[in-house]
Amino acid sequence: MKLREIAHSRTGDKGDISNISLIAFAPEHYPLLEKYVTPERVRQHFTGIVRGEVTRYALPALGALNFVMERALGGGVTRTLALDAHGKCLSSSLMALDIPELDGLCKPAAGEA
Amino acid sequence: MKTIRIGAGAGYSGDRIEPALELAEKGDIQYLVFECLAERTIALAQQARRKDPEKGYDPLLAERMEAVLRTCHERGIRIVTNMGAANPFAGAAKIAEVARARGIKGLKIAAITGDDVLAQLKARDFPLMETGAPVSTLDGIVSANAYLGAAPIVEALKEGADVIITGRVADPALFLAPLIHEFDWSMADWNLLGKGTVVGHLLECAGQVTGGYFADPPVKNVANLARLGFPIAEVKPDGSAIITKVAGSGGNVCARTCKEQLLYEIHDPARYLTPDVVADFSAVTITEIGPDRVQVDGGRGHPKTDTLKVSVGHLEGYIGEGQISYAGPGALERGRLALDIVCERLNLACVRTSELRFDLIGLDAIHGPAHAMGLPAEVRVRVAGRTDTARDAARIGNEVETLYTNGPAGGGGASKNTREVMAVASVLIPRDIAVPKIHYLGV
Repeated sequence: MKLREIAHSRTGDKGDISNISLIAFAPEHYPLLEKYVTPERVRQHFTGIVRGEVTRYALPALGALNFVMERALGGGVTRTLALDAHGKCLSSSLMALDIPELDGLCKPAAGEA
Repeated sequence: MKTIRIGAGAGYSGDRIEPALELAEKGDIQYLVFECLAERTIALAQQARRKDPEKGYDPLLAERMEAVLRTCHERGIRIVTNMGAANPFAGAAKIAEVARARGIKGLKIAAITGDDVLAQLKARDFPLMETGAPVSTLDGIVSANAYLGAAPIVEALKEGADVIITGRVADPALFLAPLIHEFDWSMADWNLLGKGTVVGHLLECAGQVTGGYFADPPVKNVANLARLGFPIAEVKPDGSAIITKVAGSGGNVCARTCKEQLLYEIHDPARYLTPDVVADFSAVTITEIGPDRVQVDGGRGHPKTDTLKVSVGHLEGYIGEGQISYAGPGALERGRLALDIVCERLNLACVRTSELRFDLIGLDAIHGPAHAMGLPAEVRVRVAGRTDTARDAARIGNEVETLYTNGPAGGGGASKNTREVMAVASVLIPRDIAVPKIHYLGV
C-alpha cells in the first residue's frame, strides 16, 4: 500500500532546509512508519532534490516522525530557481512510498479530518 | 480559573481579511494577533522605505485595521502584529490615521523598534550561519533584522497599549507576550514559556491549524474551506490550551490538523529555538475533547540561548523565467524539443547564467524525472536561469516567448518575467546588540 493510506504529512521550509512531518492516522500504524520510512529511504526517494543529510526525529506520543532534509531547496525560497520555491509539494511526493501490508493491521482512517 | 482567548487574524501578509473580523465579532477573544512577516518580506519592505520614508510597513495594514479596529476597540480586544515590517513607527501612524478617520478615541498605540541592527552589523563582522564567511563578504546588503522576543510587547501591554505594532519579532512571541502579561509568568520559567511557545506556534499560521493546507480528498476531507475560520487558543494559567474556532465557520480543528501544524517548520522537536526559550515539543500531547476543540499540553522549555538570530537581506543578481504550453498528442515531445531549442538559443546568444533549469510542468517540474507518472495530456515548458544582469535575465524569457513563431507547433500561453533576487542569510549576534525601543502614540 501507499504511505498515503496510513499517514499524513506537511512540509515546512527554513532557508535551504526542508522538514517533512509524517503522522500516522492510527497509533497502531506508527511502528510501520518507524520501520519502513527510514532516513535512508527518504533520502533515496528525493534523489536529485535533496543534496544533504536527512535526519529523522521520532515523536511516538504523537505517532509522528519528522524528517529534516538539508540542502533540499536549491538554496532556499529566496533564491531557488524551482517552480515550487518553498518545496511545499515534497510532502505529497513522500505519500507515494510503498509500505508492505501486514497481517492483522487493517487499513484505517479515511474520512472527515 | 482565568482563561485567555487569543485569536490569530492572519497567517501571512496576503492572508484573507474577513476571518479576522469574524474572530473579533464572534470569537469572544481578548487578543487578536496578526503574523504577517515572512523571512524576506522585511528586506523588501526596507527597499520600499528607502524610496518613501513613510512606507515600509505591511501593504495591507490599513485594510486590516479598517476591518477590525472599531470592533476591537469597542470590545476591548487588544491587537498585536508584526505588520510594522521595516517601519513600525510609520505603521503606528497609519493605524492612528485609520482610527481618527473612524472617530475612534482613546486608543493607545505602541510601535516597537530596535530589531534593525544593520548599522551594528556593519561595525562588527559576524560569520554567516550558512557558510561561516563573514557578513562583509555579502554584496548588496539591504537589511539586517534581529528576531526580538516577547519582552518589549509585554512591557507595552503593561503600559496599557491597545494596539502593538512591531517589526521583526519571533512569530510565537507575538502570542507568548499576552500570556506572560495576563498570567504574570516569569520570563525565566522555561516550562511555561515553552508551553506558551507551543500555543504561539500552533496559531501563527492562522488557518493552517483549522483545516487549511490540510485537505487531501478522499483521505482527508475538510468542509467549507471557502469560509475557513481562523483559530482561537483558550489558554489557562498553567499554559495548557484548547485550540478551537468560531462556531459555524468553515474548516475543522482536530488532532490531525494540530499535529501537522505542531511540526510545521520544526527541526529538532526537542529544541525549537526562539529568543525567549528553547522550546521542547517532544512530549506535547494533543487530544480531541469535542467538536473543533483540541486540548494541547505537555510543552516544556529550556533556558534561552545567549544569541539572537538576524536575517540579512541582500541583493543577489537576477532570475529570468519563461513559460509556454503544448497540448494534445505529442505534447511531451514538442515540450522536449522546445527545451532543446531554448538551451541552444541561450548558448548562441551568449546569455551568461550561473545556473539554469529546464522543466516540463505537468511532468517533472516539482519532483524531477524520477517521479513522473504516465503521459501528460499537456505540458508547460519552463526555463529559469540565474544571471548577474537584468538584461541577461530578460533574454531567458524572450527565448521562450520566441518559440511562438520559431519553435514547435502549437505553443500557447507564453509568459515571461524577470526579477531581482532578494536573498536572505542568517547571523547570530550577542543579545545586547539589539536594543528594543517602545514608542507610544495616542489617538
